[in-house]
Amino acid sequence: MIEATGLSKRYGATLAVDGLSFTVPPGQVTGFLGPNGAGKSTTMRLILGLDAPTSGSVTVNGHPYARYRRPLFEVGALLEAKTFHGGRSAYNHLLCLALSNGISRARVGTVLDLVGLTSVARKRAGSFSLGMAQRLGLAAALLGDPPVLILDEPVNGLDPEGVLWIRTLLKSLAAEGRTVFLSSHLMSEMSMTADRLIIIGRGRLIAQTTVKDFLNAGSGGFVRVRSPQASALAKLLATRGAAVARQAEDTLSITGATGEAIGELARVNGFTLAELSTHQMSLEERYMELTRDSADYRAAGDALAQGPEVRQP
Amino acid sequence: MTVIAAPHASYRPLSRFGDIVRSEFCKLRSVRSTFWTLLAAVVFNIATAALLAIFLPGQLSASEKTAIDSTRVSLGGLHLSQIAIGLLGVLVITSEYSTGMIRATLAAVPQRRLMLTAKTLVFAATAVAAGIAACFAAYLVFQAFLPSSDSMRTSLSDPGVLRAVTGAGLYLAVLGLFGLGLGAVIRSSAGAIAALFGVLFVPSLLMTLLPQSWQNTAGPYLPMEAGTTIFTVHHQAHTLQPWTGFGVFCLYAAAALAAGFALISHRDA
Repeated sequence: MIEATGLSKRYGATLAVDGLSFTVPPGQVTGFLGPNGAGKSTTMRLILGLDAPTSGSVTVNGHPYARYRRPLFEVGALLEAKTFHGGRSAYNHLLCLALSNGISRARVGTVLDLVGLTSVARKRAGSFSLGMAQRLGLAAALLGDPPVLILDEPVNGLDPEGVLWIRTLLKSLAAEGRTVFLSSHLMSEMSMTADRLIIIGRGRLIAQTTVKDFLNAGSGGFVRVRSPQASALAKLLATRGAAVARQAEDTLSITGATGEAIGELARVNGFTLAELSTHQMSLEERYMELTRDSADYRAAGDALAQGPEVRQP
Repeated sequence: MTVIAAPHASYRPLSRFGDIVRSEFCKLRSVRSTFWTLLAAVVFNIATAALLAIFLPGQLSASEKTAIDSTRVSLGGLHLSQIAIGLLGVLVITSEYSTGMIRATLAAVPQRRLMLTAKTLVFAATAVAAGIAACFAAYLVFQAFLPSSDSMRTSLSDPGVLRAVTGAGLYLAVLGLFGLGLGAVIRSSAGAIAALFGVLFVPSLLMTLLPQSWQNTAGPYLPMEAGTTIFTVHHQAHTLQPWTGFGVFCLYAAAALAAGFALISHRDA
């Protein structure tokens, strides 16, 4: 269980985290979503006591992280940036961390096995690929067999096989009743692994919900129609109470009317349809819609913004 | 996939600190820079002592030989070995920041001052052992390479010699601790190395620009001037007594470490 209350962090002029309150319940995978620069990594550093909050507080299992004498038994963390000395071997890196919390050497071997690094355990960690470095970070997080795991962008830089491996591992860890809190800027990743979602943008909480509710709330699908008489069809649909948005010269996207109704209307009025298709708004589109205003960096004419426009005729 | 549970260690405060010390020792011994800088310190000391013992006797007159502080000469390698030890002292803490290891370290030991205490102790013990070994090696090599009847020969039982050789080792260790303190404050390897050697070498140079009376009163308290008294057998005018000078040198290191301890709890990692 992780609880944040009014958590804020200011770096100079930048308010990286702005009055964030959320709860990460035990025994579930909670996804922490937000565009790059939304404050995810900062929040995770605040949870671990690496950075001190400007205001507010955050506790892990009821206590501030810094209160724990042997925190590796309570929380395992994989941070986004590298957190090891490249000159040290993977084994020694893990051993040094293990010793500090009174964890046995045998456990070091166990976690190396678990993440598949046993064969390169004596190699300098600086020579590791990004994927191997992520595995080493995960091994460190698992050293104390903690009930809470905090993972910042764990699939970053992993090849498809590695991504699948992390997903499977996270699911099995959650199935054992652990609290898993993982961040990503990719909704698609979350939909594969998370039960719950905490979405932030520009340091502020945007949504705190279950994946299921999040999808249901955003179930506003739309119908796309392509027709040479698009303008006339748009006018007619508008008089029937549908919301129509022009996507291109001959393409409309319509909400508030079913595909069947539009097809029937076109037949009765003699319109030619080149395309009639219904679309469900994906998790990704719903996420984009929510965070559109809070993304720090966006390309002009963002193609992904098309979906949400449908809803605002 | 099953994750085998690690047995939870029972909580004992002293064993907790012992664990952190073990962890810091593990860190110190498991990077190459430790081995290389310590080896360099010993090699510099021995090689310089050997070269001086071989070439110096032929260059000096009999009166020069009696006037010279031959114990201090035998420790001439300190000019180089102090750089190696200072470097190690700085790197022990700044490499944590430059590599990102500090985040893993503080996530494992959130009691930051406890961590820094353990790190300081481990480095101090290592540097004292290595420093004293390097200085005794230099002294003994120097004596061994001197011609048997040379008047520069001294014995460890001569007045001040044992203190000078042991003290030179301690000087190296304290210089390293000074570096560790500055490293904890500055957190960047380049910045801390520049600060350490800047503080050691530059004030002595600047002092020569000041009036003689100022040089005589303030000069002895400069870090380098104070520190080197401990391995000086022939006391010179306008310098502090050996242990007083060494005490002043220790104060500089202590001030840097105190600043490091004060800051570490209040800064974002």
